[in-house]
Amino acid sequence: MRLQFILSEIWIGLRRNLSMAISVALVTMVSVLFLGLGVLSQRQVDTMKDYWYDRVQVSIFLCTAKSDLPNCSAGAVTDAQRKEIRSQLDAMKPLVRSVFPESQQQAYDRLKAQYKDSPSYRDIKPEQMPESFRVQLSDPTKYDVITSSFIGAPGVGDVQDQRRILDPLFNVLRGLSYGALSLAGLMVLCSVLLVATTIRQTAFSRRRETGIMRLVGASAFIIQLPFILETLVATMVGTALAIGLLWAMVKYGIGYLADKLPINFITTADVLTVSPWLTVIAAGLAMLTAWFTLRRYLRV
Amino acid sequence: MALESIHSEERVQTAAKPQGDVIVVEDLWRTYDMGSEQQVQALRGVSMRIKHNEYVAIMGPSGSGKSTLMNLIGCLDTPSQGRYWLNGQLVSELDDDQLARIRNKEIGFVFQTFNLLSRATALHNVELPLIYNGTPAAARLERAKESLTDVGLETRMYHKPNELSGGQRQRVAIARALVNRPSIILADEPTGNLDPTTSLDIVRLLDRINRTGTTIVMATHDDEIVDQLRKRVVELNNGELIRDQHRGVYGAQR
Ligand SMILES: Nc1ncnc2c1ncn2[C@@H]1O[C@H](COP(=O)(O)OP(=O)(O)O)[C@@H](O)[C@H]1O
Ligand SMILES: [Mg+2]
Repeated sequence: MRLQFILSEIWIGLRRNLSMAISVALVTMVSVLFLGLGVLSQRQVDTMKDYWYDRVQVSIFLCTAKSDLPNCSAGAVTDAQRKEIRSQLDAMKPLVRSVFPESQQQAYDRLKAQYKDSPSYRDIKPEQMPESFRVQLSDPTKYDVITSSFIGAPGVGDVQDQRRILDPLFNVLRGLSYGALSLAGLMVLCSVLLVATTIRQTAFSRRRETGIMRLVGASAFIIQLPFILETLVATMVGTALAIGLLWAMVKYGIGYLADKLPINFITTADVLTVSPWLTVIAAGLAMLTAWFTLRRYLRV
Repeated sequence: MALESIHSEERVQTAAKPQGDVIVVEDLWRTYDMGSEQQVQALRGVSMRIKHNEYVAIMGPSGSGKSTLMNLIGCLDTPSQGRYWLNGQLVSELDDDQLARIRNKEIGFVFQTFNLLSRATALHNVELPLIYNGTPAAARLERAKESLTDVGLETRMYHKPNELSGGQRQRVAIARALVNRPSIILADEPTGNLDPTTSLDIVRLLDRINRTGTTIVMATHDDEIVDQLRKRVVELNNGELIRDQHRGVYGAQR
């Protein structure tokens, strides 16, 4: 009965304060949305890294007759040098997972297949292509072990890590996600301030009612409860909307991309994983803000 | 004579320090900070004792500190300095919840402006203190009706405050103050918004309540009423207690 009374008070409070409640819900929605976007894009980068680092290789380019790299002044790689490099690679077994030798002709064929219609590669000849060992590592972060062992070795023109080609992409994505997180931080600050202002104003406009509650002996908790619950309802509505939006964005936006592109994307499962955290953060911040504001502006 | 009323089992049980008195205030100060180093000293060292079942009129011109003193006695406010024992318990030692319980069980408030919830019926207004102490619904309804009947409003239970006259509103407030059978009723200018005849009715009602064993402290500047009552008169001026007289009248020699 007392619970029913409190609940009906909250309902009346929300209705009387509808525009305030809506603005709190919407600002919370935007904050949680940005927070979610930031966290999800971090997960996207991690997913892509897992996928791509598994596939990237370290390429050891061998000297060819035509190469003008400073290491290749002695001319094309000899059979003995090639054998030496290969056996050195095989000796690094746990780190080196597999080695594919690629001849000039194979490199030429791959280039032609990849850029079938591109005019810039039309006049290229197989003997202009490099010969290489494509090395796959069990731990792709340890590529510098290969680099330091082979760079400058006889017959080796250059050592290239494909990671370095991908890293700028990942850096951009990381940057974007940090951008989203910073925006989220700003928006969260806005929400906290808005919630505080709303509670302060509501406490002021209800000072007669809370004064009456005080004099008939309602406890501090009971006097504060409607304010806290109203804040919680408004912020949780906002959070639910944000999670719904995130889910729809991943399901339909990313889902559409994932069908078209050979890239591993986050899924709605990732949204479901982060949602509880977003909810806990939003609820926690709302309650904390309410508590501090009420202590300061509501006489109990 | 402390705690001898029929409802003493509901009281906060305390070892009565200053024996026998319900209210003991000692060198009570209340200073309001008005910002920018401005201060208002609403009370300046007031000391007094009120015995159980007394009927005390607190008098003084507007701004003399009557409401400030009433709010301190009612545990709605805390003094800047000084000590206050309520039923032998030092009030400054109580936490917020204990103070709320005291306001709920021990003290009934009546104000000049009635302080009723305007969107609730008389009955619901009277039920409020019982709602906040968790009294079951059936008992609550019964006691609220009983209380409204005690103040003569049995036919107005379902009216909202704006459907009642000033005197009736004040009776609702008194019924609410009585519903938990408090040991003290604090009435701050209860007749301030009422015409003389209605005022007299309200004061007589308070007098009747006083005879059932309830201590009454009434702030007022209505000297006619005080003259008729011939009860104890405490007079404040500029935050200081300037007179404390038993069976006093306002026009008495100072
Ligand atoms: N909340 C407050 N803030 C600042 N000053 C106050 C406040 N309440 C009362 N005062 C001042 O304290 C003095 C005593 O006020 P009050 O106790 O209300 O007097 P009374 O009830 O006798 O008319 C007055 O000067 C008044 O202006
Ligand atoms: Mg006053």
